[in-house]
This record gives sequence, C-alpha cells and structure tokens, in this order.
Amino acid sequence: MEAAAAAAAGTGCGPGSPLLLSDGEQQCYSELFARCAGTASGGPGSGPPEAARAAPGAATAAAGPVADLFRASQLPAETLHQITELCGAKRVGYFGPTQFYVALKLIAAAQSGLPVRIESIKCELPLPRFMISKTEGEIRFGNSAELHGTKVQIPYVISEKNTFKRMDDEDKQETQSPTMSPLASPPSSPPHYQRVPLSHGYSKLRSSTEQMHPAPYEARQPLVQPEGSSSGSQGAKPPRHQASLIRSFSVEREPQDNNSNYPEEPWRITEEQREYYVNQFRSLQPDPGSFISGSVAKNFFTKSKLSIPELSYIWELSDADCDGALTLPEFCAAFHLIVARKNGYPLPDTLPPTLQPEYLQAAFPKTKWECTLFDSYSDSMPANQQPHDLNWMEKLSINDMTDFPVPTQDMTGNDKQALKSTTDEALPKDMSENPATPKESNSLKARPRSRSYSSTSIEEAMKRGEDPPTPPPRPQKTHSRASSLDLNKVFQPSVPATKSGLLPPPPALPPRPCPSQSEQGFEAELHPQLSRAPSQAAESSPTKKDIPYSQPPSKPIRRKLRPENQAAENQEPSATAGGPASAATVKPHPTVQKQSSKQKKAIQTAIRKNKEANAVLARLNSELQQQLKEVHQERIALENQLEQLRPVTVL
Amino acid sequence: MAVCVAVIAKENYPLYIRSVPTENELKFHYMVHTSLDVVDEKISAMGKALVDQRELYLGLLYPTEDYKVYGYVTNSKVKFVMVVDSSNPALRDNEIRSMFRKLHNSYTDVMCNPFYNPGDRIQSRAFDSMVTSMMIQVC
Repeated sequence: MEAAAAAAAGTGCGPGSPLLLSDGEQQCYSELFARCAGTASGGPGSGPPEAARAAPGAATAAAGPVADLFRASQLPAETLHQITELCGAKRVGYFGPTQFYVALKLIAAAQSGLPVRIESIKCELPLPRFMISKTEGEIRFGNSAELHGTKVQIPYVISEKNTFKRMDDEDKQETQSPTMSPLASPPSSPPHYQRVPLSHGYSKLRSSTEQMHPAPYEARQPLVQPEGSSSGSQGAKPPRHQASLIRSFSVEREPQDNNSNYPEEPWRITEEQREYYVNQFRSLQPDPGSFISGSVAKNFFTKSKLSIPELSYIWELSDADCDGALTLPEFCAAFHLIVARKNGYPLPDTLPPTLQPEYLQAAFPKTKWECTLFDSYSDSMPANQQPHDLNWMEKLSINDMTDFPVPTQDMTGNDKQALKSTTDEALPKDMSENPATPKESNSLKARPRSRSYSSTSIEEAMKRGEDPPTPPPRPQKTHSRASSLDLNKVFQPSVPATKSGLLPPPPALPPRPCPSQSEQGFEAELHPQLSRAPSQAAESSPTKKDIPYSQPPSKPIRRKLRPENQAAENQEPSATAGGPASAATVKPHPTVQKQSSKQKKAIQTAIRKNKEANAVLARLNSELQQQLKEVHQERIALENQLEQLRPVTVL
Repeated sequence: MAVCVAVIAKENYPLYIRSVPTENELKFHYMVHTSLDVVDEKISAMGKALVDQRELYLGLLYPTEDYKVYGYVTNSKVKFVMVVDSSNPALRDNEIRSMFRKLHNSYTDVMCNPFYNPGDRIQSRAFDSMVTSMMIQVC
C-alpha cells in the first residue's frame, strides 16, 4: 500500500516532483485516507458511490470527510483552498490517494509555517495535526460520508467551508433558540440541540490555544486499523478514549444500517417532527389525503418569516409535481426545509432523497394505521384516548419500517397526539449540502402535463393520488398488520372506553328535541328538525357527560306528551328512542370481543349511521303521528259541524 | 444555439432575460426589445383566436445577418422571445417549437408557485437550469 501510494503520489503530483513520504507519514496518510474514503461503507477503497463513479478503480476520499479533516487542521480557509488547488484535486475533481497525500503534506507544511508550495513538501515535515473533538468528529465522519456530490466534489468542499463559516457566525450570535414563529417552535428544540454539538466542535476548532494534542484524533486510528498505531506515542489518551469511541462508532453505525440506505443527515424527518407537521397539515386541511392549496400554504409559510425568495425556492423544491398544491409528504418536506433554513442550514440544490414524497410515504407507514383504526373516531377524539394513541404509536414506531408504501390519501394523522417536543430526537448532527440525484425530480417534471386545475374536489384528489410514482397499496395489507399482537392488545383496552363513551349519546340526543318541539305547539317543520337531527348526532362528543342524558331525555318525553292524551304515541317515540339506545348498547358488546380492527371499524361506522338514521326516522315518525292526530281532530270537528248543519239544509 | 432567451410580460417589460455570451448582452436586449413590435403586429393580425397551441407559436419574427429571432405568446399575453444563432442551419422549426414548449411548461411551473407574484422577475432556479440546458445544448 505504501509503495503503491508513493508511486502514485510520485506520478500524480502536478509539477512532476516525486512525493517522498516517510514510513510514519505513509502510515498516517493511508489511515487518514482510508477513513475518509471508507467511513460510510466501512471499507477502504469502496468509497461512496459518487467517489467511486468519479474515479473508478481507485479509492477516493469523499469530499465531506476530507473537508472536515482539512478544517480540523485549523488552517485558514484560504490556505485550505490553496492546498486543494495545489494538490490537484480541483483539477481532477476528486480526492484520489495522490491528491490526498499531497494535500496532507501541504497541510503539514502550512502548519509548520512553510509557504504552501509544492517545493515545500519535498523536505521532511512533521505530521499534519488535526484537532477534532472525538465524538463529533466520529459523528461527522460517519454522517458526512454519504451521498455528497454527484457532481464535482471540490466545489462542494469549498461551498461547505463557506457554509460552515456562516454557521459559525450564527453560532456566535445566537445563544437562545432561533426566532421562529410559534407554529414552528416545537421542532426548534431538536435542531437547537443539534446545533449545540456543532458549535461545540467549532469552539474546539477555534480555540487553538489549548489542546494541541492530536491524541483524540490519533486515538481514532486504532479503531479503523487496529494494527497500526501511527507515529507512535502521540498521546496517552488512546486507551481511555478507545472504549468510548468504539461505542460511539458502533452506535453511529447501527442507525445507519437499520434505516434505509440514507445515512443520518439534516434532511431526515424524525418522528416527532413528522407528527408535528401532520398536525399542522390537519390544522390547515382537515383531510390528510387532500391538498393544501397554494394560497393557504403561502399564508402559512409566510408566518415563518423567511424571505419570499427563499420561500419561493423551498416551494419549488418541495412541490414535486408542480401543481400549486401540497400533499402531505410535500407539505412535510416543505416544512422541514423551512425549519432547517430557520436553523441556518443552506437550502439544497435539489430535494434531498429523504424528503422526496415517495420516500416520505414509504418511511412513515404508521400514519396509515391511524387512518384505518381511528377513521371512525376522526371527528371525536376525546382526551382519554390520547394515552392509548400514544402507546399504540410507540409500539408501531418500534415495529414499523420495511413495510409497504403508504398512500397519502389515507393518512389521517393523529390530530390529538401529544407532541413530544421536548425529547432529544435531534436532527442528525451534520449538515451536508446534498444535491441528491435529480433524476427523480426530472422524471416527475418530464411527465406529460395532464394536470387538472382545481384541486379541491374529491375526484381530483383521487386522480392526483394516481400520479405520484408509488401507487396506493390495497387496504388488505392493513389486515395483515391488524392481526399483529400489538394492535389487538392495545386496541381492546381502548375500545370499551370509546364504545361506552361513543354509543349512548347518539341515541340519547334525538329524543331531546321532541319535547321541545311538542312544547312549541306542534308546528311540524320537518326540515329544521331533520337538519337538527344530523347535526346533533354528528356533534356527539362522547364525553361522559352525555351519558347521563340518556336517562333524562326519555322522561320528559313521557311527561310532556302525556298531557296531550296521546298515550299511545308517547310510547312510540320513547320506545323508538330507547330502542336504538338499548339495541346500540347491546350491539357493541358482541362486536368488541371478536373480529379484526377493520371490521370493527366498519361495523362501528355502520352502527353509528344506523343509529342516526334511526333517530331521524323516530323523530319523523313522532311528528307525523302528531300531525295525523291533529288532522284527525280537525276532521272530527268538521264532521260534527257538517252534521249539525245538514239537518238544517235538509229540512 | 439559443443565445438569448427572454420572457416578456404583458405590459412589455422583461420578466426574465438571459444571454449566453455575456458580453454584448446589451445587443441582445435591444434585439428583444425591437422584436416586441413584430410580436404585437403578429398578435393583432391573428385576431381573437389564440387558443390553439399552433397559434401560440409565432415563428420567425425577423432574421438578421447573424441571428434569427423567434417568438411565442401565451394566452395571457406573456411573450417568449428566443434569439438563435444563424450559423446553425440544421435548426428546424420543430426544435424551436419544442424549446418554446419547454419554456412554457417551466413558466407554468413558476406560476404555480404561490410565492411568485405575477409581474415579478423570475428567479426560479428550476427555470434557470432549464434555460441553461436549452442554451448550452447546442453550443
């Protein structure tokens, strides 16, 4: 490796002067290079895909870790620019071994005070010193070695340096949480938490006074290549740090492996953020399967106090199908971009892969669950359901992933979910400009312009649902999950509570207008009553206070109707009112014990509908009966009159 | 091939104008400005029927010794003017039409952005990249 590296370095050096590396230098450089090239995939030479594409057949170091490494050398940015230019990486567009070694040598030269020239590296130099705090360095190395540049990597390095400098300024300025609009405040704590380690890392970088020990850095090398301890005894710290580093390193690796192919990055939406976004979506548009129109979204996002051009650009990034409206994943992506921007991250050039609608649909299948199970309760979510919801959500979040893609139309979200805003689910630690592969967005734009211009009707929404690349899965898939133990376990305790709360009120409410109607004097206006009936049934919030109503309403009926000598009809309304109530209370008990959740929900919906229909019909019946009585009375009166009058005429 | 692309608003002020050779940009601005007269002339000559896509494309407005100017007008009287290099003889009408169609599509995308107020300058990066691709594709 050393011989090849030296040879390659010799041949690849720009001015043609051979690069002589001492043994210690070679070892150190090769380890550094391995780290930069292989952190993401865990192997030297494999490298990130872009680097591999850029230099097939040769190991290349990703620009991200290289940039971090260079910054850790505490050299001013101009020097680093010079070094990158000189080492030839700019020319070839990537950091191959040659360029990397030359760059390291130049860094060593610069740190020794020599001018940054090719000639200065010919002489014997001490090793370059890099100062990165251990865990953040690890995290950064682990994080940023990802899909960095599909295009040229060196400009990215420089732009990242600039952005980091800017972030640094912001770090110095802000000591409090960012000035975000209230609606965006809950996610501010995770990003704020995330910026703390970055600022901490930077404070360490900037404080060039103390800790000029390469020991933390050197200590990591045994992790990557345990056999080599480069340049010997640079510090006594390695043994102590090693355990913690190994732990942090393994922990860092694990989430990367568990999640989908994308490593941690600031463009990944965490669970809490996702819930928050969904809540906000619901506040703007009750139906999570539909869209937020452009004007509504504009008003909403303008509250975030970002500049209009930036908001315009964020919209451009997130509205993937360019229809002027945001579906739920588009909305989440836009919101996430706004949050990131408020926290100082520069906006990417293209939509990062973790924010694209297909990915968002696939990555959060649990919202599909909320739809199927809580659809029937969507208008009435009592406070007592929230603990159940949370338990259930947590269980699902453990179980989820690797699942079927979820349609956006079915996502009802969890509007009553308590937002876990204070937990430490931070945004991923590293900020990385992530020009993701643009092919997906291009393919979306390249499709034929079969757009409908009104996005409000349900049919449009359904049509729109067909356009995004992932077709909605069949609902049967939910059945397979429905039989999972978690759902049944959690669902059943919640069901009786909801059942008891939900079912009695609807039949209880309808009888109430009857006594009031009869008091008003039998003006049988069917239409107002009918309209009142559905509204009263719909507004049935199954809180406990409605349950006692099941008893009093029936009594006034009997009391008030009896004085009118309509004993027979008294029984009817109360019977019809009591009938649905008793039938309904009897009905749910058998259904609770058996069946899957989907059938339960369907049955509950059907039950409720039937009850409402029952109530309406019962009231209608009672009013018609009253009308009939009146008419009868009139007829009797008229017949009496006729008989009284007739003998007169006859005679 | 397209050395200059311009989007002119209904009130005849430019919403977006960009030329590839950055020197002599003023010359292209002037050419676009003078071509607006020709555009107006063609529009008035066409009459009221502007629904058909074929009529949106105005065709060659006028040729000069080095350049040819093509025009396209949308239904909302927003004009696209494209200046192409005359030195490329193989540039067919169809290609110009397709370029205008792409322009129109990108313009529609810009319009769909609720943060874009009609009448503002177009600052969309997607639009920029599309125009760049059109300009560079032949150069």
